[in-house]
Amino acid sequence: MKCRVCRGPAIIEVTRHNANFCEEHFLAHCREQVRKAISHFKMLTPGDRVLVAVSGGKDSLALWDILLDLGYDTEGVYLGLGIGAYSDESGTYVREFAATRGLKLREIDLRDEYGFDVPGAAKATKRVPCSACGMSKRHLFNTAALEGGFDAVATGHNLDDEAAVLFGNVLHWDAEYLGRQMPVLPSRPGFPKKIKPLVRLAERETAAWCVLRGIDYQVEECPMAAGNSHLGYKEALNLIESTSPGTKAHFYFAFLDRIAERFNAGTEQAQDGLNACAECGAPTTGEVCAFCRLVEKATRVDIR
Amino acid sequence: MHVTLRNPRRTVEIPGPVRVSALLAKLDINRESVLVIRNDTLVPGDAVLADADEVEIRPVISGGLS
Repeated sequence: MKCRVCRGPAIIEVTRHNANFCEEHFLAHCREQVRKAISHFKMLTPGDRVLVAVSGGKDSLALWDILLDLGYDTEGVYLGLGIGAYSDESGTYVREFAATRGLKLREIDLRDEYGFDVPGAAKATKRVPCSACGMSKRHLFNTAALEGGFDAVATGHNLDDEAAVLFGNVLHWDAEYLGRQMPVLPSRPGFPKKIKPLVRLAERETAAWCVLRGIDYQVEECPMAAGNSHLGYKEALNLIESTSPGTKAHFYFAFLDRIAERFNAGTEQAQDGLNACAECGAPTTGEVCAFCRLVEKATRVDIR
Repeated sequence: MHVTLRNPRRTVEIPGPVRVSALLAKLDINRESVLVIRNDTLVPGDAVLADADEVEIRPVISGGLS
């Protein structure tokens, strides 16, 4: 197998591009995909300050590394979720990444600062752990970005993530979520701009980036996520992809090109009439925002 | 060869030489969902793994909904 660019020995195949790459040209391919995503979707402009949401997994660390490589002014933010040894280990990878490169890392710990953790919140709310995890991340990353004066929050959502979420939203015909599933969400009062610069890279590529760049990351799966529907959607899409390479990318990008705007109008309406949360001041449709209600519920009962 | 698998972490013994694509087929693993790492280096599907190689099959699918 030979590299598409230099005809030297290849180390990886990227079937949806019908291409094989050596190490040097694979890394160049990844950089170029991120550069294209940022440019095409107008994610950033020169001089923007970017807050990178890092979890210790392959995607967010690859994202931070590539943004640095492309010359962006970045800081990291890490949220301690309190998921036992998994969270302890994840935090170690993030701190090591930041420390070895002399990068600024903001840390927020759910248990220390808000008095609950994700497993406890799941128990208290009787909902799946991913629900409390996602809600906490969205709220606290938004707050950190606004307080820090950043131009955007960047997250490590990759092509597989976006295709799987789209697959789930289509299966349920969830119009509101379909309207929000964009690689860029512009800033508006109370919300920072949110960007997903890895949407042109599959997770196999972000993992390979980390291996080749010597980035240690959390390889083990989050114990809270095991068996969730999102993983099932990814497996189903990978099965299709293995016989029809490029299907995932076509599914997602054709949605963005041809379909997504049909769902945007509903989203705009849903954004009307937001109030400031009585507890924290964040935008909300009710009196108290979803995160503050979560904190109240998760700390009301004995979760340990 | 020693082949390390994850989630859960375990090791299986597979006789070499064997092509990466054949190894994955034998273990019923979708190529799209893993990287194959030999002696700390990535290897493509047509690489032949020798009996003495240390091989890791590393899953790349991560699954939170956040």
